[in-house]
Amino acid sequence: MSVVDRQEWDVVVVGAGGAGLRAAIEARERGARTAVICKSLFGKAHTVMAEGGIAAAMGNVNSGDNWQVHFRDTLRGGKFLNQWRMAELHAQEAPDRVWELETWGALFDRTSDGRISQRNFGGHEYPRLAHVGDRTGLELIRTLQQKIVSLQQEDFKETGDYESRLKVYQECTVTRIMKEGSRVSGAFCYERESGRFFVLEAPSVVVSTGGIGKSFKVTSNSWEYTGDGHALALLAGAPLLNMEFVQFHPTGMVWPPSVKGILVTESVRGDGGVLRNSEGERFMFDYIPDVFKEKYAQSEEEGDRWYEDPDHNRRPPELLPRDEVARAINSEVKAGRGSPHGGVFLDVSTRMPADVIRRRLPSMYHQFKELADVDITAEAMEVGPTCHYVMGGIAVESDTAAARGVPGLFAAGEVAGGMHGSNRLGGNSLSDLLVFGRRAGLHAARYAAGLTGLTGERPLVDDVQVDTAAAEALRPFSAEGPVAGVEDSRPPENPYTLHQELQQAMNDLVGIIRREAEMETALEKLADLRVRARRAGVEGHRQFNPGWHLALDLRNMLLVSECVARAALERTESRGGHTREDHPAMDRAWRRINLLCQLTDPTGGLAATDPVHGQIDLVRETTEPIRPDLLALFEKEELVKYLAEEELYE
Amino acid sequence: MSSYEARFKVWRGDVAGGGLEDFGIEVNDGEVVLDIIHRIQATQAPDLAVRWNCKAGKCGSCSAEINGRPRLLCMTRMSVFMREETITVTPLRAFPVIRDLVTDVGFNYAKAREVPAFVPPDGLGPGEYRMMQEDVDRSQEFRKCIECFLCQDTCHVVRDHEENKTAFAGPRFLMRVAELDMHPLDAAEESGLDRKKTAQDEHGLGYCNITKCCTEVCPESIKITDNALIPLKERAVDRKYDPLVWLGSKIRRRPSGPA
Repeated sequence: MSVVDRQEWDVVVVGAGGAGLRAAIEARERGARTAVICKSLFGKAHTVMAEGGIAAAMGNVNSGDNWQVHFRDTLRGGKFLNQWRMAELHAQEAPDRVWELETWGALFDRTSDGRISQRNFGGHEYPRLAHVGDRTGLELIRTLQQKIVSLQQEDFKETGDYESRLKVYQECTVTRIMKEGSRVSGAFCYERESGRFFVLEAPSVVVSTGGIGKSFKVTSNSWEYTGDGHALALLAGAPLLNMEFVQFHPTGMVWPPSVKGILVTESVRGDGGVLRNSEGERFMFDYIPDVFKEKYAQSEEEGDRWYEDPDHNRRPPELLPRDEVARAINSEVKAGRGSPHGGVFLDVSTRMPADVIRRRLPSMYHQFKELADVDITAEAMEVGPTCHYVMGGIAVESDTAAARGVPGLFAAGEVAGGMHGSNRLGGNSLSDLLVFGRRAGLHAARYAAGLTGLTGERPLVDDVQVDTAAAEALRPFSAEGPVAGVEDSRPPENPYTLHQELQQAMNDLVGIIRREAEMETALEKLADLRVRARRAGVEGHRQFNPGWHLALDLRNMLLVSECVARAALERTESRGGHTREDHPAMDRAWRRINLLCQLTDPTGGLAATDPVHGQIDLVRETTEPIRPDLLALFEKEELVKYLAEEELYE
Repeated sequence: MSSYEARFKVWRGDVAGGGLEDFGIEVNDGEVVLDIIHRIQATQAPDLAVRWNCKAGKCGSCSAEINGRPRLLCMTRMSVFMREETITVTPLRAFPVIRDLVTDVGFNYAKAREVPAFVPPDGLGPGEYRMMQEDVDRSQEFRKCIECFLCQDTCHVVRDHEENKTAFAGPRFLMRVAELDMHPLDAAEESGLDRKKTAQDEHGLGYCNITKCCTEVCPESIKITDNALIPLKERAVDRKYDPLVWLGSKIRRRPSGPA
């Protein structure tokens, strides 16, 4: 009999970044009693690291902007693999989501007539990013956090309890989603501080846990990005979509080693910064791909004029979508034209006066000064690609954010797949969080309401599942050590060592440029790590024990890494955040194909499996044709470059 | 790249007590204190508890005290110390220890709830807000706050006076009151809420004697005392005589723009 504490809610939101908090606000405002559970302290989620801005076609700076233009840019950026209905909803609803933040107290930078200012960014035709200097993510998270507090204040007035309708369980981790039959029934959790287990019972669970970057060695992501939500969904029977698409942001810090990977915002380029190689050349002019030839400046002079006169000049190629810029930097370094520490130069010092740099890019100035002894107003930065974002994620219904195949499970934000296709444009992440966070909260609340009272029964949390989840979570404390008299018996594995080996393998073998043989090696390495991870052991007790937490997170990182490697091996073309050296071209036939990853064991078990086969099955699926009125937003000549023959003449 | 072995003393223990533990540990070029704590974790003490998140000075999670001074572990470079120096890392002193370097910062979340939220103006819908940059500059400066709570930790009103915690919100949340009070469209006053009065009566503004300790430890270089607390005291002074404001108004008067 289980003695784990249980609490009942209508909606449980896993993750307290932009998507999770927006979902929780919506669910609570729709009347659902809502719990948010997050690994860090409230207000510390990875969203705080977003710098550049929120993309929304408000048209405050250039009135030519509208949702159709934003939609077009998003599809071009994603190389037309986007789940088009998501891209449509996103472009249409983003302005409302930004404006509503102002009514909750957000203070964006202003235009001269007092409206929200908007800045240029890679792949966006017009200045579109609402921003606050280069700390937009902090403003977003703080605004949502303060909105949650204000709802709690309302509840306190009414009920005498701040947490009667909306509660944040901070520094807690979910290890399993519970189900009754096919339906969600709750979540199994532990409190990091005490190690105590508890269960949140709820018919609706919104997963909004962000990304997977901590499986790679060089990354801009924080420790939380261990693919928890991706893994929880897989284990609950939901498929993941297009996991091969991983965005390497072109500009991460490369020196000193301890800060390698920390993000250098794209705003540096949006505001005028340029990329140069060791020979002083602005090399991006040599890397404009065919599909973008007509849209980018062909000379430095034209590119420079564009900042002042965007209507009569084309944008500089430093502002190509991120995948293009990251590959170009990689090629320059490989060709021996890199900077001393293996990156290239990003320079604003010769492009803007020092005081303008300090005002527009305050945290970049601060970051380089404090961490690298570099004064960006006087010298160039050294930058190189860093693992930044996963486009792949939980397969969802576009309108409702419902995960496919598991009633009661919803997903929003980076953990959800589809929206960004094969590559995400900068600025489209924060807007994605708000648009689909709200939708997930709305539909999760509706679904839960439909199961209350006479119309339906709530699924129950099964004691056996609780006991199994508890046993799984405790296993690292009883990892077997050497057995007396048995040869080959080894001590328990150190989870930190396993993590470092995983990061090295993913970085080297499934990184920015991929090759068939290396990915096969990666799958073998993952199989080996999986076996060893079952013997990951920890010292000490359950109270705030980081070694234990990491041992549990390893399960998720290994599952997600296998998805990335398997899907990347399968897709024999190069597109967006997936570059195959052995298949360097984009193949129109692949545009219609989604790769779905599913857990091999349908019961959610993770028993040691055949190392060659692993734990993931891949399924190919043909995508739904793009709606004709949306296709009509593009010129035929452009569509020819992306769509398969049969799609063009349908 | 040159490496050396540094000597660290790290406080380990929990609510029942604890003490400083010695570590000899490798340091490489360009590293910060958090890198060293992580290396201790990975190689010598796998259960060493430390809170951290972004490792880029943006989230304010890894607050602790280094050689007795409140700092972010991720923004303190090893190069600021002499190689032969022993570096002592202890948890934030003003908050109860949970384990090792992790403290219970719940006090701050409780205080955050006591500050009434932004009040949207009547008759202005989403998309209709118009504010000039110069009118939002000051509140924006306060919104740079990453809630590391170093100012709350260092403020002597509560640092060694647990008994003041009930009545005093601390610099971070008095600054939040100032931020809302200076927000060009906050309609608190129209709704009958006088933020200046509540700062004085409910959040303990009068306890602050403007020693600027909070400003000194702020990793975002926000001028908490000069730009938030003193102006708030001045605005509240109509309601109540505060000798420190009088004194402050005599000695301050240095121009200080937003950072």
